[in-house]
Amino acid sequence: MDYILNLLSSLTQEALAPTTAAFALAAIGLNVHFGLTGLINMGQAAFLLLGAYGFAISITNGLPFVMAVLVALAVAIVFAVILGIPTLRLRGDYLAIVTISGAEIIRMVGRSSLLTSTTGGSNGIAGSAYRDPFNALSPLPDGTTTILWFSYSNNGVNGWWIRIAAWGLVALFTLVLFLLMRSPWGRVVKAIREDEDAVRSLGKNVYSYKMQALVFGGALGAIAGIIYVLPSSVQPDAMGRSMTFFIWTALILGGAATVFGPVLGAVLFFVVRLFIRTLAGDFIPDSIMNAQQAEQFSYVLVGVALMLLIVFRPQGLLGNKKELTFSV
Amino acid sequence: MRRFRRGAPGRNRLVLAAVLFLAFLATFAVDWAVSPSAEAATSSPSASSSASTAPASTGPCAVSPTNGCIRGTILDSERKPASGIAVDVAGPGGFAQTATTDDTGRWSVSVATAGQYTVSVDQGSLPKGQYLTNAADAERKVNATLNANVGQIFQLSDQQGATTADDSSSFSAARAWQQLASGIRLGLLIALASVGLSLIYGTTGLSSFSHGEQVTLGGLLAYVFANQLGWNIWVTGIVVTLLCAATGYLQDAAIWKPLRRRRISLTQLMIVTIGLSIAAQYAFQYFFGASTVRIQQGNPETVTFAGLTLTVQSYVAMAIALVVLVGTGLFLAKTRFGRATRAVSDNPALAAASGIDVDRVIRFVWTLAAGLAGLSGVMLGLVLNGVNWQTGLQLLLLMFASVTLGGLGTAYGALVGSMIIGIVVELTNLVLPGDFKYATALVILILILLFRPQGIFGRAERIG
Repeated sequence: MDYILNLLSSLTQEALAPTTAAFALAAIGLNVHFGLTGLINMGQAAFLLLGAYGFAISITNGLPFVMAVLVALAVAIVFAVILGIPTLRLRGDYLAIVTISGAEIIRMVGRSSLLTSTTGGSNGIAGSAYRDPFNALSPLPDGTTTILWFSYSNNGVNGWWIRIAAWGLVALFTLVLFLLMRSPWGRVVKAIREDEDAVRSLGKNVYSYKMQALVFGGALGAIAGIIYVLPSSVQPDAMGRSMTFFIWTALILGGAATVFGPVLGAVLFFVVRLFIRTLAGDFIPDSIMNAQQAEQFSYVLVGVALMLLIVFRPQGLLGNKKELTFSV
Repeated sequence: MRRFRRGAPGRNRLVLAAVLFLAFLATFAVDWAVSPSAEAATSSPSASSSASTAPASTGPCAVSPTNGCIRGTILDSERKPASGIAVDVAGPGGFAQTATTDDTGRWSVSVATAGQYTVSVDQGSLPKGQYLTNAADAERKVNATLNANVGQIFQLSDQQGATTADDSSSFSAARAWQQLASGIRLGLLIALASVGLSLIYGTTGLSSFSHGEQVTLGGLLAYVFANQLGWNIWVTGIVVTLLCAATGYLQDAAIWKPLRRRRISLTQLMIVTIGLSIAAQYAFQYFFGASTVRIQQGNPETVTFAGLTLTVQSYVAMAIALVVLVGTGLFLAKTRFGRATRAVSDNPALAAASGIDVDRVIRFVWTLAAGLAGLSGVMLGLVLNGVNWQTGLQLLLLMFASVTLGGLGTAYGALVGSMIIGIVVELTNLVLPGDFKYATALVILILILLFRPQGIFGRAERIG
């Protein structure tokens, strides 16, 4: 019984971790790209990485917190525009190819030994270098608060303040997404997803709408990147292709083109993986599967789950099959 | 066909491309100008003062609460300890010491204050015929703390500039010639893999993101047979290619054909390939770990021919790739089945109507593509002297750039595109450090999409 209680508490802690919130935000951004507009962005991790770099490097160079966030957003927006200009007029998979390549390039340039003085090379940037201005904003008193079995320090590195801020942002942007989907803008981009030519014949500038969606989703990715690195550190190698694919899995799992799909998907992604890892670690002897292999096994399952989901339940858990036809 | 305009690119697009390109160059130029000079500034006092300070204590450094150690081991290209190499360590407060590697290749320096130190290898003291694998990395900044060890590993290679230029002054005709040969080698190996990718795209319309894993699979299987089981390398190559071809056949039978039957859209299919790619990558890590494994033990022999120094494996791999590619080209051009393949590429509905068994052609294309990718993986592993779980992943980016450059869906385009990308990527090494070489591929990709999205051999209606 204790075992089950412990498992439940660690699963719920994982569900509410800032990393989960960051993934949820990134998935909301991807939902604007893919769920709403039908853009296949295979480089969402690059937006997170650029946001993280933009934020961390600005802070280490002495810019105030607000400026650093603006720099992070600006970098991500420029990246979105550069990738969007050549590809958004072409068929969908060109965007996929260019974004996946662009993301890799950002990562490789970031970890290059030549830029060690700025980006920290492959070691990245330690969290202590940029996290203080954010923690200084905390209105909470110092100390430790325990609610149920969640016990964290109020203003610590990975404490209540970052959790409140992160999930607050997730709630805010879920609301924004909800309002966007019902807005005239949302109806136009959804129409673009279904039939680009029809929208064009109505006199809409499809290219411009797609670009707006790409930029908005990318900016959300940059915010997610900041949240992602605040409790830890900027690690270029942790923010590569795999991360993009995991964000996709989270989105498809929850349901693309839905309001709560990205959040539900992100939470489930982390909780189910931890569940598999824990069970594998506790019940499968090390000779068959050690801890590291259990981790890798959980990722193999992620890949298989993605394949099965997209074939048998493309609308995800929350979606409506009639709404999402994947006509791209 | 959507709103794609043929003919001369618009003025705006020209200006934009020029700005993008200049911005790109400027970024590198700035980094390039800033970082070496900054490092030079910190290292020059060490160079002058190291001569005056007494040589470092010879005993190995041990950590204590009052001191920390910066240490490392230097092995030569045959993985044997390299002794007598001088390592300069300079740090705060005019600290300067020179350590020399001992018979076990180890060196260490004891520091009494925490802070940032500059560690540099004296390249003049390297054994004859040995060079730093990454000469630009001869000097590093490390943060030392008290009561702790900081390790620094420098790797040696028996080829000068094996990966990276030491600085731009090393630009020479001989190096350009050498890089050109490496470029042709890389281009041929990319071509082997990307012809398949392009054929799959042509016949099914699918951009397969899991094609890189087919390449990795070839390399890792070759490791199992040649290294673990000790098979002859030629037998290994043939068996691995056939096994990989079989995976292509089975994949089509188990996954792709049923999905075509279900009329799953191309976007969904593409996401399926991504899922397959994730599953395969982590399965590779599960079985082989994350480290690089070598297909052949022992040191590859090099042969110098017309001023080019390449390993024997490289020459053989280039010859095999050339023969296989010509064979594939002739097959597509001359045989009945090859013509059927091209017909399906052109227009599947019409091909089916004229009596071609489209499913059979696609099954064959998957088999051929997986086989060629596997062969490419084996040779890539031999030429680069190792494979790991992400070898193919890194190649996928170059493959996409190649097939887009040549024209998505055209087999000959993939060939030409691969050669261009391979050569350009390797020649980039002459002026930019190794980490940036893939960035050139992206710049090419963006420029093609701006000016000629259908690629060199593609047709306009495919793209919009």
